[in-house]
Amino acid sequence: MAERNPIQPGPEGYIPNPASFQGCDLPPPGKALLYGEIVDEETAMREAAKALLTRKNPTIFPGPLVLWGWNADAMEKAKAVLELAMEIPNCRIIPMPDYRPKYPKIDPEAEINPNHPNLTILHNRIEVCIFVGVHCHYANLSLRMIRAGTNCYTIALCGEMGHEDAMVSLRDVHADEIRRFRDVLVEVRKEMGIEWEPKLPPENPSLPKEEWVKVSPLDFGEYAYLLIPRRGEIVEESE
Amino acid sequence: MPEQRVVEPEYLILEAPRERKFITGSQAFAEAVKRANVDVAIAYPITPQSETMHLVGDLYAQGYVKDYYRAEEEYGAMSAIAGAVRGGARAFTATSGPGLLRGLEAIASWPGHRIPAVLGIMTRVVNAPLSIQPDNVEIAYLLNAGLIVLHAENQQDVFDFTLAGFVISEKVDVYLPVVVATEGFFVTHAKGYVDLPPEDMKLPPRDPYKAPVPPTDCEIPPARIQRDAPVQKSNFMSYLIHAVWQQEVWSANRRAAKWIKHYLGGLIEVVNPDAEVFIVASGCAAAQGREAQRYATMEGLNVGLVKIKSLRPFPTNELREVLKNAKAVIVPEHNIVGWLAKEVKAAIPNSGIVVDGPRVYGGMTLPVELIMDEIYKAFGIKKEKKTVV
Repeated sequence: MAERNPIQPGPEGYIPNPASFQGCDLPPPGKALLYGEIVDEETAMREAAKALLTRKNPTIFPGPLVLWGWNADAMEKAKAVLELAMEIPNCRIIPMPDYRPKYPKIDPEAEINPNHPNLTILHNRIEVCIFVGVHCHYANLSLRMIRAGTNCYTIALCGEMGHEDAMVSLRDVHADEIRRFRDVLVEVRKEMGIEWEPKLPPENPSLPKEEWVKVSPLDFGEYAYLLIPRRGEIVEESE
Repeated sequence: MPEQRVVEPEYLILEAPRERKFITGSQAFAEAVKRANVDVAIAYPITPQSETMHLVGDLYAQGYVKDYYRAEEEYGAMSAIAGAVRGGARAFTATSGPGLLRGLEAIASWPGHRIPAVLGIMTRVVNAPLSIQPDNVEIAYLLNAGLIVLHAENQQDVFDFTLAGFVISEKVDVYLPVVVATEGFFVTHAKGYVDLPPEDMKLPPRDPYKAPVPPTDCEIPPARIQRDAPVQKSNFMSYLIHAVWQQEVWSANRRAAKWIKHYLGGLIEVVNPDAEVFIVASGCAAAQGREAQRYATMEGLNVGLVKIKSLRPFPTNELREVLKNAKAVIVPEHNIVGWLAKEVKAAIPNSGIVVDGPRVYGGMTLPVELIMDEIYKAFGIKKEKKTVV
């Protein structure tokens, strides 16, 4: 018989078994996963809310599907993520802008990367986090590494079928469901007697101030060579 | 070509009315492709193989398949499938024997690249001396690559597994290639009854944005062949990412089980679950095992059959449950190495009850009498050998 609640915050060890190898199944529509077991969404949301309100340095990791999804749904989802962030006391947002390994060294205050997510978690001492808008394959890689090497409590707000290796995993989550989770979180916060005035998370400290008037090829980072600019050229227009 | 309307996979696979046809296994592959809304089929039809890819070529000429070409060889075909699928297309190819092994490096990379495609395999001998006869030893080479491997018993299975294969392969929690293997010649060249849904219906087109990975990873020219390759570095992070990546492929493989149950009725089929002695078989051997089970029942022997439809994911739990009270398990196979017997032994706690065989290979047929001999032995029945001269 499978162990009860097998998926707990780590560190689990050198190379832990994936949750699916331990017999954890993804939840059917309308249900959620809590510590690897299928439960009602409300139960999972309340447990996730408690973790976000009690553990240190809560952080949201938005992925490309909300950062770069150029469609109305993605924009609405991104707004909902900000609304959720506003309600979590001292919440930060650290993006997962892409999935390429960052060599020689990632800036762990600026971003998180699925190839070495533990660096960002450990550097910022993040003890609870939310994955949202990350493609499932890369979210699963990250969730396993985080469980292996950190004590971070992971919450996956998945637009598809969910993630077995997160402590809490909700499925079919879009803007409306994120707002529902926000409402549950606010309710739990009030029940716990935590005072908090909603406000946006702080700016990402590692990002330079954005200057929208002029875009330099340097703003394209490692992609800059694709623009093949003339020396000293300033690109006045861009998409 | 009739105008085809898009219907939901559940309807087309599980509910649509069916009409019985008498067709070959290769025709069954083609009939599935006809209804699968395939964007591209890429072939290197090894000679002599089967007419499967020729029939799919006809589908292209008729307009059922949007694009079709003959690759330079199997390695090229399998690599091109990967490229087409990553670009958002729904793709099909088929091969066998030596051709399969030639394309195997590319095929083995599909799961890690998260390539949802369907690969038909019409098994034939792979070893020297060269032969074109049915022998399924090549399936052994596919079992450890992360692919979903279905093994069809007959023409009906070929159709059902292939059509469902496209749907299962594209599930977001799976997103792996599906192999539909069947015995060459015995199934591909022989005719059997197949119940087919109407040909004026087809699956919805592939939605490449409903995926666990971005639909293409070609943002830096020239297009990177690998997805975010971390393996060129030698440090713990590189080892770790590769480890969890492999875990993800095999987790996805396990997740396919629920979809195989949904669309194909289970990973296994069981006949007479209360039997004392079981025949466990896949593919064509299951057809012979079915006959042996029928003969044994007629003789008053309590024999059951477990047909394994899915070799990956392997039905470990299901086998343990069915075989928990078995006295003996006979595993007939069409290969010399006995890859299925090894799998069954590894799956159940009391592997000593597994009988290694009977096995035929090199293209030999598998007479039911061979299986019956093992059944008699399992029941301690001595049969006189008659020599008829």
